[in-house]
Amino acid sequence: MVQKLEYLKESPSQTAGPYVHIGCTPNFTGIEAYGGDLGATMKTGPVKGTEITVKGTVYDGMGMPLRDAMIEIWQADSNGLFASANETRGDADPNFTGWGRSAGDMNTGEFTFETIKPGSVPFPDGRPQAPHITAWIVARGINIGLHTRIYFEDEAEANAIDPILTRIEHQNRIPTLLAKPEGEGVYRFDIHLQGPLETVFFDI
Amino acid sequence: MSLIKQTGGFVPRDRDWQPDALTPPYKTSLKRSPQAALLSFPTTLSEETSPVFGHNLIGELDNDLILNHAQPGESAIGPRIIVHGRVLDEMGRGVPGALLEVWQANAGGRYRHKKESYQAALDPNFGGCGRTITAEDGSYEFRTIQPGPYPWPNGMNDWRPAHIHFSVFGHGFAQRLITQMYFEGDPHIKLCPIVGVLKSQEAVDALTAPLDMHRTVPMDSRAYKFDIVLRGQRQTYFENRKEGL
Repeated sequence: MVQKLEYLKESPSQTAGPYVHIGCTPNFTGIEAYGGDLGATMKTGPVKGTEITVKGTVYDGMGMPLRDAMIEIWQADSNGLFASANETRGDADPNFTGWGRSAGDMNTGEFTFETIKPGSVPFPDGRPQAPHITAWIVARGINIGLHTRIYFEDEAEANAIDPILTRIEHQNRIPTLLAKPEGEGVYRFDIHLQGPLETVFFDI
Repeated sequence: MSLIKQTGGFVPRDRDWQPDALTPPYKTSLKRSPQAALLSFPTTLSEETSPVFGHNLIGELDNDLILNHAQPGESAIGPRIIVHGRVLDEMGRGVPGALLEVWQANAGGRYRHKKESYQAALDPNFGGCGRTITAEDGSYEFRTIQPGPYPWPNGMNDWRPAHIHFSVFGHGFAQRLITQMYFEGDPHIKLCPIVGVLKSQEAVDALTAPLDMHRTVPMDSRAYKFDIVLRGQRQTYFENRKEGL
């Protein structure tokens, strides 16, 4: 008998269910708690960089908007630094949390994040990654949270050499990862869970 | 012990152990599951970093669901329990500073949510949400009432087992996890299509909290123990190897 590998198994995921908002955005669902919902604002003061709005809707395989999803985003500041305890490269903008959470609009499901355009973050081998925002989607019917990335259509040069985008086998799916400019400082990033327009989701 | 700097990337998620996206007996998954393969790549800084939530975020009653929505002098109705455990990584190390958010129905199986229409009554002294941050050794605890089972429109007569939802942040966004805790001995566990997305009895057991008489407070509250395991992070020794592997 060889030695035993004694690693623990990751806790299995389960759906967030239709009432995820009770726990994660209680004020949104009418339960006054915590003095406000966590992740409702990403700016705690004047921020460095270009302020932008990212909007979008999550659609199911029938093209219906999800009105019970929760979307979280995580991103670097305008210098490509994360407001994280394990950021070792320097100090991130102290007025920018880098993390946002949205339950979407109660009637339309449209989510909105008031954020900033992230700077470039290096890939493990040192190559620059194009500016991107990590997004994580949970909802009723989703058994394990879906990871994707929001890139920007107007960063064509950076996108063309991004180590992740260039790895995608079906290059015709890249537009599903690009937020499209929609007016001054506003980008639209719709997410399609299933079907011909399906967003690229990551196993990271 | 404080946060250890570990930037060796996260161990890949075991997709043979985690539930699939498409699980037809859980009907909503049919049109909410991606059909294309997931794009795999080793974690980068974007996934190895995560927001920091300080202990000063947490209010005095945030981890006490018996009292945090109750009128002064009153408390929620139902079996009083303590839920406690540790947040660990796959290597068995405690994860300090992890934010846990929990939510649940009341003792009658009724959620405080405007889209919920189950006829069981709301408890005016129960909100159903709580949160806490793990200590230096990864341990946590909160106090609540044991939730009741509730019916849901999936099959003709499906009932969820009693459960508490958990949302967990680790030290990297790649560890982000939402799951559910079940209670030892609940006969609904083996009937439930959502539990049924789990691929083995071992996985079901990993989400089932045993009654813990050691932590039960006599004449006050019973206790259940629920450990949570997040993805492990590799050490940094081979950090500059190509691909970080």
